[in-house]
Amino acid sequence: MNTSSLRRIALPAVAVLTLGLTLSACGDKNSSGSGSSGGGTLNGGGATSQANAEQTWRANYQKQNGGTINYEEVGSGTGIENFTSKAYSFAGSDAYLTSDQLSAAKDACGSDPIEVPAYVSPIAVAFKLSGVKSLNLDAKTIADIFDGKVTTWNDPEIASQNSGVKLPDTAIATVHRSDESGTTFNFTDYLSKAADGAWADDPNTVWPASIKGGQGLEGTSGVIGGLTSTEGSIGYADDSAVKADGTLGVVSIKVGSAYNAPTADGAAKVLAASPAAPNRPATDMATDIDRTATAHGDYPLMLVSYLLACQTYDDSSTADMVKGFLTYVVSSDGQQAAASAAGSAPLDSSLSSKATSIIAKISSGS
Amino acid sequence: MTSAALHISQARLPRWAPILVGVMALAVAGLPALLSGWGAVTWLVAAIAVFLVAMPLWSRLVEGRRAATDRFVTALIWTAFGVAVSPLVWLLWVVISNGLPAINADFLTQSMLNVIGDEQGGIYHALIGTLLITLAAAVISVPIGILTAVYLVEYGARSRVARVITFLVDVMTGIPSIVAGLFALALLVLLFGPAFRAGIGGSIALSLLMIPTVVRSSEEMMRLVPDDLREASFALGVPKWRTVTRVVLPTALSGIVTGVVLAISRVIGETAPLLVVAGSTDGVNTNLFDGRMTTLPVFIFSQYSSSTPVGYERAWGGALVLIALVMVLNLVARIIGRIFSPAKGH
Amino acid sequence: MTATASPERTESTPTPRPSRRGDRVFAGVVRLAALTILVALVAVFVFLAVEGWVGLTADPATYAPFTSFVSYIEPLIVSTLLAAAIALIVSVPFAIAVALFISHYAPRRLAAMLAYLVDLLAAVPSVVFGLWGGRYLAAYLQPAHVWLHEHLGFLPFFGPGPPSPNGRSLFTAGIVLAIMILPIMTAISREIFLQTPRLHEEAALALGATRWEMIRYAVFPYARSGMVSGIMLGLGRALGETMAVAMVLATTPTTTLNVIGTASPPTIAANIALNYKEATPERQSLLIATGLVLFVVTFLVNFAARWVAGRSGRRLNR
Repeated sequence: MNTSSLRRIALPAVAVLTLGLTLSACGDKNSSGSGSSGGGTLNGGGATSQANAEQTWRANYQKQNGGTINYEEVGSGTGIENFTSKAYSFAGSDAYLTSDQLSAAKDACGSDPIEVPAYVSPIAVAFKLSGVKSLNLDAKTIADIFDGKVTTWNDPEIASQNSGVKLPDTAIATVHRSDESGTTFNFTDYLSKAADGAWADDPNTVWPASIKGGQGLEGTSGVIGGLTSTEGSIGYADDSAVKADGTLGVVSIKVGSAYNAPTADGAAKVLAASPAAPNRPATDMATDIDRTATAHGDYPLMLVSYLLACQTYDDSSTADMVKGFLTYVVSSDGQQAAASAAGSAPLDSSLSSKATSIIAKISSGS
Repeated sequence: MTSAALHISQARLPRWAPILVGVMALAVAGLPALLSGWGAVTWLVAAIAVFLVAMPLWSRLVEGRRAATDRFVTALIWTAFGVAVSPLVWLLWVVISNGLPAINADFLTQSMLNVIGDEQGGIYHALIGTLLITLAAAVISVPIGILTAVYLVEYGARSRVARVITFLVDVMTGIPSIVAGLFALALLVLLFGPAFRAGIGGSIALSLLMIPTVVRSSEEMMRLVPDDLREASFALGVPKWRTVTRVVLPTALSGIVTGVVLAISRVIGETAPLLVVAGSTDGVNTNLFDGRMTTLPVFIFSQYSSSTPVGYERAWGGALVLIALVMVLNLVARIIGRIFSPAKGH
Repeated sequence: MTATASPERTESTPTPRPSRRGDRVFAGVVRLAALTILVALVAVFVFLAVEGWVGLTADPATYAPFTSFVSYIEPLIVSTLLAAAIALIVSVPFAIAVALFISHYAPRRLAAMLAYLVDLLAAVPSVVFGLWGGRYLAAYLQPAHVWLHEHLGFLPFFGPGPPSPNGRSLFTAGIVLAIMILPIMTAISREIFLQTPRLHEEAALALGATRWEMIRYAVFPYARSGMVSGIMLGLGRALGETMAVAMVLATTPTTTLNVIGTASPPTIAANIALNYKEATPERQSLLIATGLVLFVVTFLVNFAARWVAGRSGRRLNR
């Protein structure tokens, strides 16, 4: 009796529940057709940069082998943390593990963790300036622009590298990421190494506070949105997002004596030629990207996103799934699929085969 | 509310006076608008300003000071309403015009399982997730919220404990949604280990956000139930608990339902806490207590974050569906509130 | 003893025993519910304190781009308060006006529809508010930034420095927040206005009051506590709103009072959302510590608001 009025309120809720359960009983259209039945569930997550590629890899892998693979776009930091707490069986990260993280991951896995490059993508410096679709800039000029030293588009520093381009006296509005991001880390890393000391701050995932002016916007989409809506703006974002938008101008950065526009090949070449990070275990392919690469066609402003896994898993089906999935990801098929769907740079064949041999060590425990 | 009838002794402006002044205000503002090439918005703003001055002035001359104030406030309230509604209409328009192209039967009945790039994807899994998680959140928070309100109004009235709780409920409204999510995650991890993710965690986080709205709105509605009703019930020898459940709650029902629906509306669009605790998956999961569940807002956010044209389209489509879903919920709740609430007799 | 009409007395005589037990059970259940809320809140507080404690005194590098907790949190607090203030200043008058319009001014048929429309707004996901605010509203409000800067630039809130080139300012974020909290404040005020005893209203009108006078002297005093509740709920949401602010606002780390400038520091909640994903464990506990600070700020703001409302209430009731 005393619950009668509560029941009345609960009534719509119950109605919705019934509806929901009826709906859910039907199941979705795509799961009935494809062979997703059978096979277990694999949970992973991390870097958002990989998200589009992961969507493709997962879909292709699931179509072939069944099972469900989840990749949560929680960011590299949370991804690594969840990996070391064993909440994830694999994780994606925009930066290779620090030595602290490495030992934590080793504790979690029981042996050296596996770290392989999976997603390589050039970062474009994009701008919006009516009538101008491409510009040549060296790293020092880019640093000066983002540092607020160069404030108008017709500044001699820009003009001297772009003879023949009609530059207006529009004020430059710089746009950067407001969230912590691997893209910011790679961009500032490039500036601090390639800009001849014009960039004073250490590379970091957060934009430095010493720089006055400039707008921080949320995520790649936020930066692209800010750039497209502001005349005279310049910012950095994943090349695939800039290409997808298609309305922005793109900077060709100075490499050696030439100016190169962002290309997947250029980024892949730089990664293949870059030295491995010192003092890493044999299963770790961490690479210190050579930001001052000068070879023909190189594009050293880029992001490498890694996948993390353990060498051994308690459960053999998990081990098999991680092994199968990661093998597919670094294979040339997987890399090509990501390149066409997410605009990434396919791994160089030597890197790809090295990664494959490392992943082959994955097995079920004891 | 026919106050006009009460002013027979005084001079009154004719009924069509506001319309006349309105037309004239548009005309007066139209002159400079034409001359200096203002946009439609500026013209409208100027016309409203003219109206706000002219209407009370005329009324003042004919009807006196008090009526003029009344006219002024009336005009002000109409204006304020117009201004407040315009962004809403605009927002809805943006969502509808961007979202409609994405909507089709497949979009509603498919999940994102095995969808590559530009292929047709769907929101079915997210729709299920949103319904289940929000429902569970309502099941947790509505009883707690309403019972707490009963305590505050009927039992703890004016006691120190009740005052403290009222205050804390207000503080609770300020818990950022992401903190609620992190809290729920910490709770789950504490209880079930680090790898555990389930939709119910999202429900816990959402209930934390819902409870304050439910408590505050129910409390206010129950306070407005006239004491005569309670006393009449007591006088008939009805015990207190039955008085509360049979007299107070039904009388306040329509307001309580509004509050509950508002609370649901507020949390159904939450993104951050669900991303943290309920995770995301491409497929359909109907088990609240095991495994990841995607909800519509999480779907919208991840599609938006993908920065691809098809991603933007799916994001807007998801937003449109979410709004439509709440619209239906709202309507159902209203109808139910109307059916069950006692006839308005006061 | 027999003459009093208090509820306890009346029920004791005629009602059968089971009902009194029912009464006791019901009172217990109701108390339990209230207690649950207390426990939940304490649990949240303990969680924030335990997880955030490390963040208060961590290695200076953790506070990048600053070096101490105070310097890290200060710009965030300023922004949080500014954004909430803008939201309240803009939306309170509108919320009351819209509620009054629906309850007392609009034609009856129209009113129900309008109420529905406004409630619907509460359902728009914060992500969508963020998208709309950043991509549409910001550009639309940009001229207003220029105007404010030119005419009120002498105030610390509208100067110095150039106004935002694309409107992605704290001002726009505040307006978005105002629109977001409008439905909840309107809905609660509206319901309360509608509950004003018809008798009071008709008495006022019969005495020759105009509609506005009737509202001022019959509706407002009656609805005051409810309006305060609605505003408190709105304030809470404005302080804690996360995604919409994160997506609209252009950020910079350094403190500024200028709400129409190129960029402002994010609010505390937005900052957590922006940085939590990529953060290292130390920085995550720092962010949780900022959540703790927001908790305390909300506490203080509510306390102050309650005090102010209480004072003005006493004056109004006299």
